[in-house]
Amino acid sequence: MSVLIFIDQSEGHIKKASLEALSYGTEIAGKSGIAAEGIILGNVSEDIAALGKYGVKKIYHVDNAALNHFDAQVFTNAIAEVVQRSGAKVIVFSNNVDGKSVAPRLSVKLKAGLVSGAVALPDTSNGFIVKKTVFSGKAFANIALNADIKIIALNPNSFSVNTGGEGSAEVVKTDVKVEEAKVKVTSVNKVKGEVPLSEADIVVSGGRGLKGPENWGMIEELAKLLGAATACSRPVADTHWRPHHEHVGQTGLAIAPNLYIAIGISGAIQHLAGVNRSKIIVVINKDPEAPFFKAADYGIVGDAFEVVPRLIEEIKKVKGVA
Amino acid sequence: MKILVCISKAPDTTTKIAFTDNNTKFAADGVQWIINPYDEWYALVRAIELKEKDPSTIIHLVTVGEADAEPVIRKALALGGDEAIRVNAGSGDSYYIASQIAAIAGQGAYDLIFTGKETIDYNGSSIGGMVSELLNLPYVSLAIKFELNGASAVITREIEGGEEVCEVGLPVVVSCQKGMAEARIPNMRGIMAARTKPLKVVEPAAVDSLTSIVSFELPPAKAGVKLVPADNPAELVRLLHEEAKAF
Ligand SMILES: Cc1cc2nc3c(=O)[nH]c(=O)nc-3n(C[C@H](O)[C@H](O)[C@H](O)COP(=O)(O)OP(=O)(O)OC[C@H]3O[C@@H](n4cnc5c(N)ncnc54)[C@H](O)[C@@H]3O)c2cc1C
Repeated sequence: MSVLIFIDQSEGHIKKASLEALSYGTEIAGKSGIAAEGIILGNVSEDIAALGKYGVKKIYHVDNAALNHFDAQVFTNAIAEVVQRSGAKVIVFSNNVDGKSVAPRLSVKLKAGLVSGAVALPDTSNGFIVKKTVFSGKAFANIALNADIKIIALNPNSFSVNTGGEGSAEVVKTDVKVEEAKVKVTSVNKVKGEVPLSEADIVVSGGRGLKGPENWGMIEELAKLLGAATACSRPVADTHWRPHHEHVGQTGLAIAPNLYIAIGISGAIQHLAGVNRSKIIVVINKDPEAPFFKAADYGIVGDAFEVVPRLIEEIKKVKGVA
Repeated sequence: MKILVCISKAPDTTTKIAFTDNNTKFAADGVQWIINPYDEWYALVRAIELKEKDPSTIIHLVTVGEADAEPVIRKALALGGDEAIRVNAGSGDSYYIASQIAAIAGQGAYDLIFTGKETIDYNGSSIGGMVSELLNLPYVSLAIKFELNGASAVITREIEGGEEVCEVGLPVVVSCQKGMAEARIPNMRGIMAARTKPLKVVEPAAVDSLTSIVSFELPPAKAGVKLVPADNPAELVRLLHEEAKAF
């Protein structure tokens, strides 16, 4: 018996969301007194054994170039084979792009119960119950996983990375049957150097109050200064002021950064749904009646075009940059 | 070309979320139901666009739900689509619902199966993946663009920090999101036509759910906002840095 954690990589680099999944899976294993094991598919350029510091003791590495590119069907079969070998009873994914795609497939293949969007450790005092977000962050549901095998897809930014583990993990080179992917990737277009929104600790977001795409310079500058990702409200993406992938809210991406700074966004219920799990929300809006202030921790009632440049200057002082 | 579009009903996005029966049931009384936005705006409309290009295309809609799902499926038919199938089933988990859809899909020789990327109520983002596994088909999730190219599809999908383009032979299951199509509203002709389009009701396959909902809870209320004067952004920075330790 073990907890098996899927360690997701892209271009040979391990994703941050997987470190959270590792910390989470390790904690489940510790509480149940069983082993925490990881699985990595594809070539990796980082030191896999060093992942031991997240508490994982053993990592199955299928070091096969055919797995460098994610494919839901091929990955499902590869992971299923390792699950069978390791006798894993709990499998942990990050509920990120790859996790959302492979965890449901795997759950069918293994007839496992799946909870996606988990935000807390399972409660095993009476069964196996996992809390997840529902209604796009407006509520939570406690889900009982009733099958023998349980799969949890953990929401990014829901569980702190824990580096308290000792020593390095044993890396077990593993061969599995890898069939040819039916989906052929023909091109990959990544915005270099940008923090992916789903993984960002800090997000700076702009709304229609910014008047036009030409005014995003200060949003980008603020984001850069804070190492943040940029986001926007739906009408901003709909009018193509900003790319679609920046759209957050009930019908966009749901995010839960440590700090969400909303500038010129009114705080409509559909917008709040996607961001209200942020730990700290700062709202800058010239309208004191803007609904967003009710959901905020800190706020400034003022004109963004005056407040944001001054905010940037003050942050520069604290950060010691000229 | 034969397309199956999965349609779910969802509470209107302005619905106040509350629970009854000791927090075990969603308080559905008085709730306005809509077509799940991802199913409508992206999956269904993209299918309709494909049919507009190639009128020989057949679009079937499938929903798993009780009779109260019919207004929503009629509304979907008013947008477009040739006929609808309702699997007459109450609630079940994603596995249960995916199994019902797969049972329908398995009989229809569909070239394409479209779902929304998730429902806005249970946020499972699981149906597409589960259906594809049940039917042993390839699966492309989070699609933002979709084009047909003979017997294959060219799909752009979201990945972390960017996008990728892929090509896959049909049949394929695709989960759809923003970018796939421009949302539209039904016109009068569509609404009239929808009344006479076939809506088949079939009984569910015997499948057991693998998970169940124990209870719901609402997030704790915020303590209230701390306002900082507009002429003192330094104070906001201090609070974020020292009190909240946010950076
Ligand atoms: C089915 C459905 C789904 C939806 N899904 C989403 C979703 O996922 N995400 C989303 O964001 N929205 C969504 N919406 C839209 C949502 O209802 C709002 O219309 C939208 O969030 C408003 O965007 P906004 O706050 O940028 O613009 P507005 O509501 O126009 O607000 C602009 C704000 O900027 C402030 N402002 C103006 N000038 C300045 C200035 N100089 N300085 C400071 N502040 C200023 C104004 O006071 C105002 O509060 C959805 C709507 C529907 C019906």
